[in-house]
Amino acid sequence: MRPLRPLHALLLLIALLAAPTFAQAQLYQVPGPSSPTTREQVPLYVPQDDKVIGRVSIPDEKLAVLVQPEGREWREFRTHTLRLVIGGLAIAVTVILVAFYLYRGTIRIHDGLSGRLVLRFNGLDRFAHWTTAVSFLLMALTGVVLTYGRPLLIPLLGHQAFTTLAETSKSIHNFVSVPFVVGLLMIIALWLRDNIPEKADWTWIKSAGGLFSKAGGHHPEAGRFNAGQKGVFWGVVLGGMAMAATGYLMMVPFAVSGIGGMQILHVIHGLMAALLIAVVIGHIYIGTIGMEGAFDAMGSGEVDENWAIEHHRRWYKEQLRKGYVEDRQPAE
Amino acid sequence: MARMKFLCDSERCIECNACVTACKNEHEVPWGINRRRLVTLNDGKPGERSISMACMHCNDPPCAAVCPVDCFLQTADGVVLHSKDLCIGCGYCFYACPFGAPQYPRTTDFGSRGKMDKCTFCAGGPEPDGSVEEYQKYGANRLAEGKLPLCAEMCSTRALMAGDGAVLADIYQERSLRRGYGSGAPGWSTAYGRNDRGSPFAPGGPATGGG
Ligand code: HEM
Ligand code: SF4
Ligand code: SF4
Repeated sequence: MRPLRPLHALLLLIALLAAPTFAQAQLYQVPGPSSPTTREQVPLYVPQDDKVIGRVSIPDEKLAVLVQPEGREWREFRTHTLRLVIGGLAIAVTVILVAFYLYRGTIRIHDGLSGRLVLRFNGLDRFAHWTTAVSFLLMALTGVVLTYGRPLLIPLLGHQAFTTLAETSKSIHNFVSVPFVVGLLMIIALWLRDNIPEKADWTWIKSAGGLFSKAGGHHPEAGRFNAGQKGVFWGVVLGGMAMAATGYLMMVPFAVSGIGGMQILHVIHGLMAALLIAVVIGHIYIGTIGMEGAFDAMGSGEVDENWAIEHHRRWYKEQLRKGYVEDRQPAE
Repeated sequence: MARMKFLCDSERCIECNACVTACKNEHEVPWGINRRRLVTLNDGKPGERSISMACMHCNDPPCAAVCPVDCFLQTADGVVLHSKDLCIGCGYCFYACPFGAPQYPRTTDFGSRGKMDKCTFCAGGPEPDGSVEEYQKYGANRLAEGKLPLCAEMCSTRALMAGDGAVLADIYQERSLRRGYGSGAPGWSTAYGRNDRGSPFAPGGPATGGG
């Protein structure tokens, strides 16, 4: 419980301008020599910057908060900051990718297609990936409907239709969280082992994965996942976990926190969404038009041997050693 | 035109809960919905005060700004109302409201909230004044009948007052001058202190603050 005393003290200072009777007056508020002498001296608007919490006799603890001026900051976040961050990051990443595409084009397989295929992701791998991917896109889309509905969609659809859309979005957002989390857990179980950071990642990062070596062909050696992919893995896994934790807590509001906590949960959920959307845009780019042969890994599950050698040489050698690939003495 | 406000004089409130009861009865408010409530500060200590709190019908209302579906309206009297036809029960208005005014019926155990409900200043909702639908969704519309909110009308100590803000301020200052003290109108700086837009709006209007 927060005592009101500092507040009273401030008031009385302003209104009564009387230091000697101060201590007594603040407790009992009796008329005295320092009482207001004109109506104008009676304060109406008392500055209020802190939460005021009291006691309520109804079984709803959160209503014991009498005033929470922090709502103002959250309002600012919800109506401006969040929209700027989600949209700004997504647009920034897109612009960078367009510029990169103009500079580099689709990254080709240097030695061309060999025609021989290597299994990269089996059915379970791909199931986990696409479950997460489709859920994520649905979550992002339905979430962003709430964020941008007012400035963008209400003018188009009108209020009634947008309410229907928002309600549907909210239900989809709630229900699709389940496959999203299932996919995420599968991804962790399947790929965590191959995503532990190692020394070779440092080399990869220092040469930026060879992304800027236009001559092509030069790739720092990588295992099953290179440092960039590991970055996406950890970003999605940790970010996704944060989304799930904050999201479920928002679905059961006030279960573990008060009003301030709910605001913080929403802020984390929103900012993390912005970050993940930006990361995923990059991920989608490199998995499709950004790089020849990359999509097959998650599409059919099989990649061209030359692609495997160029991008994941160490992994390819391992597959050879384990006898998963027929040894044809590829040119090294 | 009058700018409707609430003022609760904490020096007078005796925490009798008559305002709460009057509200519940007048609008047939269901269990678990607290349009008005009493909060006791410094409970059991010297300087204990109780304050009756509901929606303050703020200037530039934060609830209206954050609502994703833009369902709020403000009347020319400054009363903040909302449309239950548009509300999706997201709960955002409660996070933004400084006074904990918005309430939600619990529809399922799965966290899903029903349409938001809050104090209407006894002014109903966007439906035609005095219609059955208005009463079912928002409760009585006393303002349309020329009556003030029942909570304030019922207050035995005249601690809680409702009506034209200028008149309330007048009464409060006169009263405080006579008795010799007054610690301010609770919540007024937060509710009415800033950004006095002072213009009515409806869903889609320019003044809802949410863009
Ligand atoms: C993993 C489980 C997740 C759960 C349980 C969850 C839950 C929620 C909840 C409860 C809300 C509050 C609004 C409402 O009541 O509908 C919300 C909002 C939102 N979520 Fe999620 N979410 C999850 C994942 C995600 C993901 C992966 C994204 C996208 C990257 C995302 C993006 C958003 C956005 C943009 C909002 C709207 C924020 C705003 O405009 O205020 N969420 N989420
Ligand atoms: S912010 Fe709260 S008190 Fe102010 S008008 Fe909205 S619901 Fe009422
Ligand atoms: S609960 Fe209803 S009124 Fe409140 S912000 Fe959400 S949609 Fe708007």
